[in-house]
Amino acid sequence: MKEVESKMLERAKVLLESGEVARVIGWRKGAFCHDPEPASFESVDELKDFVYDYFCGANLSKYLIAESKKEGKTAVFLKPCDTYSFNQLVKEHRINREKIHVIAVECMAKLDIGKIKAKGLSAVTGVEVDGEQVKVQTLYGEAVLSKTEIVLAKCATCNKTHQVKDEEIVLHERPVRDVNRFAEVEALEQMTAEERFKFWREQLSKCIRCNACRNVCPACSCIKCVFDNPQSGVAAKANDDKFEEQLFHIIRAYHVAGRCTDCGECSRVCPQGIPLHLLNRKFIKDIDETYGEFQAGESAEGKTPLTEYRESDLEPKDVLKEGK
Amino acid sequence: MNFDALIPKIGVITDIRKDTHDVKTFRVVGTDGKKPFEHLPGQCAMLSVPGVGEAMFSITSSPTNREYMEFSIKKCGCVTDVLHSMEVGQQIAIRGPYGRNFPVEEEFKGKDLLFIAGGIGLAPLRSVINYVRHYRANYGKIVIVYGARSKDDLVDIDEIKNEWMKEVNTEVYLTIDRAQEGWEGNVGFVPAYVKEIGVDPSMTAVLCGPPVMIKFTLQGLLELGFEKSRVYTTLELRMKCGVGKCGRCNVGDKFVCKDGPVFRMDELDELPDEY
Amino acid sequence: MYRIKKTDLNALYAAIAKTSGLFIPIRRADEVNFAVWGEGKEVSLETLKTVKSPKNAFFPQTENMMKFKTEGKSVEVVDIRTEDKRPFVVFGVKACDVKAFEVLDRVFLAEPVDTFYQSRRNAITVVSLACSRPEESCFCTAFGIDPTAPEGDVTTWLDGEYLYWRANNQKGEALTEKLASLLEKCGEEAVEAQRSQTKEILKRLPLAALDLSRFKEENLNELFNDPRWAELSEACLGCGACTFVCPTCQCFDIRDFKTNSGVIRYRCWDSCMYSDFTLMAHGNSRTTQMQRYRQRFMHKLVYYPAQNGGLYSCVGCGRCVNKCPQNLNIVKVIKTLGGEKS
Repeated sequence: MKEVESKMLERAKVLLESGEVARVIGWRKGAFCHDPEPASFESVDELKDFVYDYFCGANLSKYLIAESKKEGKTAVFLKPCDTYSFNQLVKEHRINREKIHVIAVECMAKLDIGKIKAKGLSAVTGVEVDGEQVKVQTLYGEAVLSKTEIVLAKCATCNKTHQVKDEEIVLHERPVRDVNRFAEVEALEQMTAEERFKFWREQLSKCIRCNACRNVCPACSCIKCVFDNPQSGVAAKANDDKFEEQLFHIIRAYHVAGRCTDCGECSRVCPQGIPLHLLNRKFIKDIDETYGEFQAGESAEGKTPLTEYRESDLEPKDVLKEGK
Repeated sequence: MNFDALIPKIGVITDIRKDTHDVKTFRVVGTDGKKPFEHLPGQCAMLSVPGVGEAMFSITSSPTNREYMEFSIKKCGCVTDVLHSMEVGQQIAIRGPYGRNFPVEEEFKGKDLLFIAGGIGLAPLRSVINYVRHYRANYGKIVIVYGARSKDDLVDIDEIKNEWMKEVNTEVYLTIDRAQEGWEGNVGFVPAYVKEIGVDPSMTAVLCGPPVMIKFTLQGLLELGFEKSRVYTTLELRMKCGVGKCGRCNVGDKFVCKDGPVFRMDELDELPDEY
Repeated sequence: MYRIKKTDLNALYAAIAKTSGLFIPIRRADEVNFAVWGEGKEVSLETLKTVKSPKNAFFPQTENMMKFKTEGKSVEVVDIRTEDKRPFVVFGVKACDVKAFEVLDRVFLAEPVDTFYQSRRNAITVVSLACSRPEESCFCTAFGIDPTAPEGDVTTWLDGEYLYWRANNQKGEALTEKLASLLEKCGEEAVEAQRSQTKEILKRLPLAALDLSRFKEENLNELFNDPRWAELSEACLGCGACTFVCPTCQCFDIRDFKTNSGVIRYRCWDSCMYSDFTLMAHGNSRTTQMQRYRQRFMHKLVYYPAQNGGLYSCVGCGRCVNKCPQNLNIVKVIKTLGGEKS
């Protein structure tokens, strides 16, 4: 990853120095070895804090809504999964494509510091990735973990490839793995309605209404969310434990259905560890089964299953009959 | 019932006066027919319309009015929209008084006073002006400069003409933004008019109006030789609790609901520019 | 000092719950938060940081304040408070969170006293728990907090097979007395040994040298006008994760909710990070996320101390450090604008 990072840095320098772009969107070093933050670099000098490592999990594409409105061109480093969100935002006319220079960067799956800590490790001072092994240094000693067990949920089942690139920095290809991203959804489908209700009830009751899932979501790009409108009559800020209040997440899932690229940011950012991506994946699976396989963000053009009418489309009554 | 500062009491609207196309003045008493509570000039009260919400309003009537409270309210949001649709006899909820008042006893006494207001900004000043008029002998000369968009936007023009203009040792200047048929007075913005009148910089000034009016009027006053420590204004920010706890009306380390709304210009200079 | 075997803790919880409510870290759907104890609940005292702080014991995220009954033109205010006179024990509160109670007290118990908060606060006995495995995001020592001997009515330590127990005041002694049959007297050696071991780790924590000296009232405007707020806040999503996991954030909203039997006026946690926080009918005093971000940290590090005799409204619990979706946090603010001690 160090090699990739230095190539990225080199490219960012050239782009900024030549004036080809006004800014580069990437990641800035954090206070520890595992907390880089999304950042905009406008000069070579600012690049001294540039970083690209196994903790750069954030999807940078949503920032481009604002960046593409700024003066001059913006270069951005996008991982494979991020490019789907980018396409979707271009399709929805949120990002001005001409103002963005996409540098596709390799991703060998990103790590989840929360999962590392959940292994009982505390006071992490260093993390080294060596193939499938991850060496973690802490103030209480060292440990070697299996990478598969500590990658972000969104990386665990990812086989995505870059859908957009104006140029690329890919030194290694992540091998295509035999994973079924719908496995967790299938497990939920196997449950009885009562079990499933209990599962979601428990998960959603943890919600603290911080809106991190909505604010990070590239598909949630409304300028003003209905839940922020005091006249909507929705007591959005009240964190009532009633199921009615938790409908927020279900409404959101409906709103992004057909547009959600399964980037997994909702689950990554949830402070309460609610597996929100499962709601979206259920919709993706249903759309696949009802209208044929579809992956949002594969293209910045064309119609989507939910915006196109075909005579062969399943009627609601048929869906009901099939018990889906 | 347990007392809590956030729980309001019931008020009854006993009179509604339509002042302009978007300003109405509401007269409010408690359910016992008496004034809901005592207050000082410049202080505010939280009025609420159940189901719609609460909002902070400056109390327009003078504390010397022992019978009722008045609020001049401009129609501009959720709560005010509903208030404007109300009829006499309607009950609302009210709590207060909140905030720091104008120092009418401590600082204003014996001084010549200059009041400058724009539009609905007259609402909080009316309370001070009428207080000072009530204890007229305690204060020096009064100069009032009041401007509005048009002659139809001057709030409670009757009181101004019939009472203020006839008050001893008192000068009242009115101005509107654009010339209008039937208006023989001054035409022009407040800041320019104040400079034109040529007010005495030894006066104590009180300003209230839209931010842009305050900004330019203050500039003008400073040019005339006014000291910031003798210029007062009153701020308005979003408030929910009114008692310095909900955390949203702060400017730097001062809460407008508790440490304000009345501030001296030299005090505001010390605060970050975020109001 | 007393002690009780870890294996007997369930009996201790049950004994406490007999006479009072018990609020304790409980694992539910994979996350640990303070919640009301009951038989069969999975208590997790070992969890260093609960997701939410225990502040909702007396400042719940949402609480109904009153009810309006309206009929024709008349309005009636109905008191719907059900005063729970039962005492409450908040168990397993870490040193940072105990300190945070003081921060909240200064706001809610200042005149005019918030009686909603006060009634619950008075009913609470705080049983704190010392930290023995602080992690990299911890920086309570920067605020003069000793996590090895937290304040509270009772202080406890988990070490080896035992939970050690020390009452700090009358309230604590009263609770100890009730539980006397479960507690055995013991020496302080184990606790002292653990404390000195933990203190060694504390010195080596990466955030041990944060320098707060620049954050004081006299630098208010200089800090406010610092151009680096733009860079610090640029990745901020404007969500409320930092606010809602914070033990000292106390801002709230008051809203009305229409029901079939009247209008409920409730209050709920609010976040200065939200775009509608300062929105008024005719304008907004903070229109950019930079302004909102700056407000949050200026409040904790400058405004609140200016109002409260220098007490910071941050206790270094590090929850925001762990939970910010984009890894922004108060530590980066302190480091950038304040620096580190050499």
